[in-house]
Amino acid sequence: MLTALLTLGALAALIGLVLGYAAIRFRVESDPVIDQIDKLLPQTQCGQCTYPGCRPYAEAIAAGAADINQCPPGGESTIQALADLLGRDPKPLNPEHGEHSEKTVVVIDEQVCIGCTLCIQACPVDAILGAPKQMHTVIESECTGCDLCIPPCPVECIEIVPVRQSIANWVWPLPGDELPGTDEHAQPQAAVR
Amino acid sequence: MNHATDTDPHDRDVGDRFERLHRFHGGLVLPGQHEMSTSLPIKDAGVPPVLVVPLLQHIGETAECLVKEGDHVHKGQIIAAPSGSVSAPVHAPSSGTVVAVAERPFPHPSGFSFPSVVIETDGRDEWSEHTYTLPDYRQLSRVRLLDHIRAAGIVGLGGAGFPTQVKLSKGPSNRVDLLVINGVECEPYISCDNMLLQERAREVLEGVGILQHILQPRDCVIAIEADMREAEAAMRQAVSTAGDTGIKIVSVPERYPSGGERQLIKVLTGSEVPSQGFPSDIGIICQNVGTAAAVYRAVVNNRPLVSRIVTVTGAGVKQPRNLEVLIGTPFRYAIEACGGYSDDVDRLLMGGPMMGFAVNTDEIPVIKATNCILAVTRKEMPPPATALPCIRCSKCTEVCPADLLPQQLYWYARSGNLDAAQDYSLFDCIECGCCAYVCPSHIPLVQYYRHAKTEIWDAEKQKKASDIARDRHQSRQMRLEQIKRERAERLARKKREVSGAGDARDAKKAAIQAALERVRKKKEREGLVQKNVNNLTPEQAEKIREVDTRRQHKRPPGEH
Repeated sequence: MLTALLTLGALAALIGLVLGYAAIRFRVESDPVIDQIDKLLPQTQCGQCTYPGCRPYAEAIAAGAADINQCPPGGESTIQALADLLGRDPKPLNPEHGEHSEKTVVVIDEQVCIGCTLCIQACPVDAILGAPKQMHTVIESECTGCDLCIPPCPVECIEIVPVRQSIANWVWPLPGDELPGTDEHAQPQAAVR
Repeated sequence: MNHATDTDPHDRDVGDRFERLHRFHGGLVLPGQHEMSTSLPIKDAGVPPVLVVPLLQHIGETAECLVKEGDHVHKGQIIAAPSGSVSAPVHAPSSGTVVAVAERPFPHPSGFSFPSVVIETDGRDEWSEHTYTLPDYRQLSRVRLLDHIRAAGIVGLGGAGFPTQVKLSKGPSNRVDLLVINGVECEPYISCDNMLLQERAREVLEGVGILQHILQPRDCVIAIEADMREAEAAMRQAVSTAGDTGIKIVSVPERYPSGGERQLIKVLTGSEVPSQGFPSDIGIICQNVGTAAAVYRAVVNNRPLVSRIVTVTGAGVKQPRNLEVLIGTPFRYAIEACGGYSDDVDRLLMGGPMMGFAVNTDEIPVIKATNCILAVTRKEMPPPATALPCIRCSKCTEVCPADLLPQQLYWYARSGNLDAAQDYSLFDCIECGCCAYVCPSHIPLVQYYRHAKTEIWDAEKQKKASDIARDRHQSRQMRLEQIKRERAERLARKKREVSGAGDARDAKKAAIQAALERVRKKKEREGLVQKNVNNLTPEQAEKIREVDTRRQHKRPPGEH
């Protein structure tokens, strides 16, 4: 009886020590769930979810303060992915935060730009290049389409344009929803004759 | 490979190895239609008035343009430099003047344009001066030859167009067990490799010799499809004339897609290339016969890749045949060189009927990857019937040469379940089209797979872009915080300095005060020295004494 108690007690103490050591040694600094949520968000940093960026929104979701349907740039696919990750039911995008649209970028009308740098200060990803009283321009490949630069511009020289379709980002259409010009069964006669 | 392991390679005759061929799963025996374009010899299509040379003609990165509008270029002059490792330079296919560097129609299923160099030819077709001539390739190192092949802009001419030197330099530490020269032209209608072997067998053989010199493979085999008899005969003739080359010619039974790299390797060796891997992973390098001929021209004649053989065929062309076409020649010009369209032409395709894609204009140029221009009539290739629901007959599974489950892939691709499609090895699909060919419901299966593949690539690109955006946002946050912190620090320092200056003022004040004090004390002391005691009258002295005594009395005791 005593042997059994002592053995079990010793085992418990040993395992307790190992667990205690592991808790300190392998301590996780941040909540991994936040990182996982942040990975699924589109990183537009637009703030339409009412949080100042994607990471704060991820933190809010993890803390239960925000719902998973507040991200218009991510749209249905992001909601689905978040629902899968968190084991919740997917729900439609909350229209209060905006509507999902195709990805856009902004361009600056360089003739009109006065070089005030206000848009540069607003851009969350440093995608606008320029200096005081010098013309500004958008680095298109870095622009996330958050549109945060548009309100501060005093001369309204920033325009939203859809991302340019090219061979690099072209997707084969599913049969049945072919685009004009990509019709597999296009008849060349018009072009030939 | 199976029986290669148990005997010493050097004791063994190369012939043993391919005595027994293997079979790949599935595949189809298709009506060849090759003979349509093999009755006439290869014709030089000549120099068209305008050449449109796209800056990307293969898998990989776009080349960087080196010329501008108004420049005069010679034939073979480099007009775009490679950028990145999987990239090939582009050369001017003929002499003339660059009239534009702009977007032009491009042979791609999307129908989009692509940046191209437009050259107005002068008809003289003058080669650029060579700065050096290459010595005999047997004297050259592997690295030097690879550099030369890269500089000549050679890409795989079988259709996919992967830069050749990248393929040849795969796994430099790995010994190359087998070099396969692919002359198995299995897709119906196409006959450019067939005609090349018939007419230029010696060039191909020399090219293979160069590839052998670079790779030092244990065995080398030229695989030719069984129905390409003249080509096989020409090749055998060339090999026997050349003497001991160590090259074996193997006739591969007709079965589409036996010319696919993985399928051919399976047929020849019985080994399978690992999923998502390369043939070099199992010690095999596969090169197209046209590529071998291009290597010969680059190394022996010092000519870059500026032209290729293209099969112009189909019942929609009056005189189907093979043409030697300059890169950048518009499809229309090539078709006119074959007598033009027949009256009942219906559709135009680049590539063969199984793997090619429809194009909606004949203004697009021939690129390095163009092996076939196919103009078909409605009779020979009727528009596909309306797709019906999948009935799970599993015919597609039976014919799939990659041993996949096409109907599962179809369901997942259609429903957008891309993860599941990848789990079912979507990326091992070679898009050969066998499944769609046999489908009794006429479902355009391959298009579903292509959709799913491009969708996955697009999602990956977006993922990468969002990772970059996250990094940029984080570094911006950090920078802003740092600026804020630095500003706060600067402010604090200033404040300290200001208050420090107050102390200094106090010290100064104190010093002044002290000095004043000293002066005052000194004055006092000096004031104490009685300057008015000299030359006193006796009455005055008497009075002072009296006062002093009084004072003495008044002072409390112990003061002095």
